Amino acid sequence: MPAFLTPSQYSILQAVCARLVPADAAPDAAEMGAADYIDTFLGAFSFTPPRIWAGGPFSGRFGGDSSFSDFEELSPAEELAWRTRIEGSLGIPERERLGPVTGLQETYTRGLAELGEEFLGLDPAAQDDRLAAAGDFTGLVYGHVCEGLYGAPEYGGNRDLAGWNYLNYKGDVQPRGYTDAEVSGA
Amino acid sequence: MSRDFDAIIIGSGPGGSTAAEVLTAAGLSVLIFERGRNHLIDLDNPATLPQRFSNDEIKYMSRHFLGPDPWAEPRTFRTSVADGDRQLIGEVNNLPATVGGGGVHADGKLPRFREDDFSVESELGPVEGASITDWPVSYDEMEPYYAEAERLIGVSGLAGANPLAAWRSGEYPMPPGPAMYGSLVTSAAASKLGYHPYPAPTGVNSVAYDGRPACNNCGFCAYFGCPIHAKGDPVAPLRRALLTGRAQLRPQSHVSSILISNGKATGVEWIDAHGEHHLEHAERIVVACGAMETPRLLLLSGLTNTLIGRNVMFHMQTFVFGIMPFRVHGHIGRSVTHVHDDHILVDDAARAAAAQAGLPWIKGGLVEHCSPSHLIAEARQYPWGPQHKIMMRESPMRDRLLGFCMQGDDLPQLTNTVDLDPAVTDVWGLPVARTTYQLHTHELIASRHHGARLAEIMKEAGAERILTATSPKTTGDLATSHSEISQVPISRHVAGTARFGTDPSSSACDPWGRLWEAPNVMIADSSLFPTGSGYGPTLTLVALSLRNSRAFAA
Repeated sequence: MPAFLTPSQYSILQAVCARLVPADAAPDAAEMGAADYIDTFLGAFSFTPPRIWAGGPFSGRFGGDSSFSDFEELSPAEELAWRTRIEGSLGIPERERLGPVTGLQETYTRGLAELGEEFLGLDPAAQDDRLAAAGDFTGLVYGHVCEGLYGAPEYGGNRDLAGWNYLNYKGDVQPRGYTDAEVSGA
Repeated sequence: MSRDFDAIIIGSGPGGSTAAEVLTAAGLSVLIFERGRNHLIDLDNPATLPQRFSNDEIKYMSRHFLGPDPWAEPRTFRTSVADGDRQLIGEVNNLPATVGGGGVHADGKLPRFREDDFSVESELGPVEGASITDWPVSYDEMEPYYAEAERLIGVSGLAGANPLAAWRSGEYPMPPGPAMYGSLVTSAAASKLGYHPYPAPTGVNSVAYDGRPACNNCGFCAYFGCPIHAKGDPVAPLRRALLTGRAQLRPQSHVSSILISNGKATGVEWIDAHGEHHLEHAERIVVACGAMETPRLLLLSGLTNTLIGRNVMFHMQTFVFGIMPFRVHGHIGRSVTHVHDDHILVDDAARAAAAQAGLPWIKGGLVEHCSPSHLIAEARQYPWGPQHKIMMRESPMRDRLLGFCMQGDDLPQLTNTVDLDPAVTDVWGLPVARTTYQLHTHELIASRHHGARLAEIMKEAGAERILTATSPKTTGDLATSHSEISQVPISRHVAGTARFGTDPSSSACDPWGRLWEAPNVMIADSSLFPTGSGYGPTLTLVALSLRNSRAFAA
C-alpha cells in the first residue's frame, strides 16, 4: 500500500522508473525500489516521526546496533520547511513567506496525470519519447530515482541493497570502516 | 538587571567553542547560544560522547540535516547592485547550523597560514581595486597559538614535509593517517614535475587522541558529521568547557540581536525553537557566527561601522579533474590526504602572467588532491536510460576520477559585501544576509595560470581526459575552458566581514578582535581576517580565538 500515491499513480511511476534506469544484468529501478523511495518521501508526514532524516549512527550492516530506522523528530521550523516543500504552501500564510510554493506532491500528481495510464501500454521506445518530452518532470523524477537507488534502504528504496550490490559498493560501513591497506592499495 | 552568566557566546563552531574553553578556564561562567540542533555532545553528561552522525548521503547531501534549511533560513545573492535587490534566494555558503558549526561538516584540513599571509600589503604591495592591508598580528606572534590550537583540536601531519611551510616550534600532535591511493598517484606526478606535495595537516585522529578513537576511513568525511568522533570538530573544546561546570550550551536558540547602548553591550535577545523571544544579559559578548551570519547579527543590532559586512572573501576554487584508466576508490579514506602549496608562491611565472593582465602579482592557493566519493552525486551526472548503469559501472565521474581543487586566494574588495536583504526574511521574521560578490581580475588570472599547471600534473598522472571547472564560474574574455557551475561561490571558506586592525577608520575591530564601537563585544571567527590567504580559515580563526579570548577574559 503506497504511503501517498494512488495505486494507479504508483503503477505509472513504476513504469517511469523502469525506463529511467532499465534492466540489464541488474534489475530496473522499479525493481530496485526507486518508486517506493519516492512514495515514502511524498508521504513522509504520514509516518511518526516523519521519514525525513533517518537515525544514526549505524545501520547495523557492518556491526553495531541498527539505528537508521529510528527517524529523527523535527523542530517546528524544520517541520514547516519540509511540509512546505512536500505539501506545498496551499495558501497557508506562514508557508508563503517567500512566495507560493508548489509542493512535490502536486508536482508528482500532475506529472503522472500528464503521462496518464496510457503510458503503461506504450512500447519502451514510445515511453522514452514521452519522458524526453516531459523534460522538467523527468529530470525531477530522475534525481529522486538516483537517491532511491543509491541511498540507504531505510528511506524506502535500494531494495535488498540492489543499488549498491550491482556496483560492489559497500555503503554505510561504520563502525567497521576500511583498513589502512584498503585506503592505500591499488 | 540580572546577570546569570559572565559572558555570552553566540555560535558553537570552532571559534565560539574555543572561546568557551578559554573563558571557562579563566573562571568565567558562559552561556553558549547555537541556532542549530545538537547531535554532538551530551549536555547532561559531557564526559560521554554520544554517537549520532551517520554514513547517509540522503540525510546530509540532499536533506540539509546539518542545517540551515535553505527555505527556513535562506540567504540571498547578487553579483552587483546592477542586478537589483537579488538574483537568488536560498543556499549561499551554507556552513552548518548545528552544535559544532563548520567543524562538524569539514573534512578537517587544518593548515597554518604562511608568514607573508599576515603582511600581504607590505610584502607584495597593493592591487588596484582591492582593499589589501596587513594584519595587526604577525605569524611570529601567532605561532604559539597555532601550536596550541593543533594540540587542542588534534591535528595529524608531518613537520618538515612541506618545504614552503611557515616555521613551527614543534611536531604535529599526531602522525599523518594512511595515504589514499589516488593521492599517491597524483602526488607522485606532482613531485616528478617539481612540486612539493605533502600529507595534509588534518584535524582527524590518525591514532587514538584525547579520549577519541582513530579514524577508520569510512569515507563519509567532508559534509558529514563523524559517527565515531575521530574528527577534531569542536567537541573537544566544548566538552572541556562544559566539564568545568561553568558553561551552559543552549541549542536551537537563535540570537536575533545584541543589546547595545552607549557603546556597551548589555546582553542579547534570542528566539527559542517555538518562536518565543527572550532576553539574556552579560558583561561580555562573543560573536562567532561565521563571516556571513556575524555581520548580519551586527547589522541587526544597529551597529554602524562602515566596515561591517564589507570585503567578504571566499576562495576562488579551481578544479582540474582527470579520468583515469584505472580505479581509484575515492570512497575509501578521509576525503583528502595530500595537498601541495607551490601555487601560493609569487614566482617569476606568476609575475609574468600577472603583468600580462596589468596586475602586480597573482597568488594561487593550497591544492587538495581529491576524488569524489558518493554515488547519488555521481549518478545525477549521467543521463537516464540504458547508459545509466553502464556509466555507473564504468564510473568515469567517481571511481576513475582524480581531482585537484585549488583554494585560490580571493582579494578583499570594499564592494563585495554582506548586508541585510531589504525584503527577504527567515522563518523568525528577521532580514536574511545578502551577499553581493564579484571576482577581482586577480582571481581569474590566478585560476587560469595555475589551472593550466594543474592540468599538466594531471596529464603526468596518466589521465585519459582532463576536465576543468571553477567556482564561481568565469565568464567573458577571461573564461577558460571551465564549465559553468554557478556565480555563487561554493567555497565554504568565508572571511573578512568585520576586519580587525589598528585604525578605527579602516577596520571594524581592534587588534584584539573587539568591536571599536562596543569593546565588550569580541568577534571570534574569520570575519576578522583582513586578507584571506590560499589556506582554509579554521585553524587560524581558532588560534586567533585563543589569543583574543585570553585577553578578553582578563
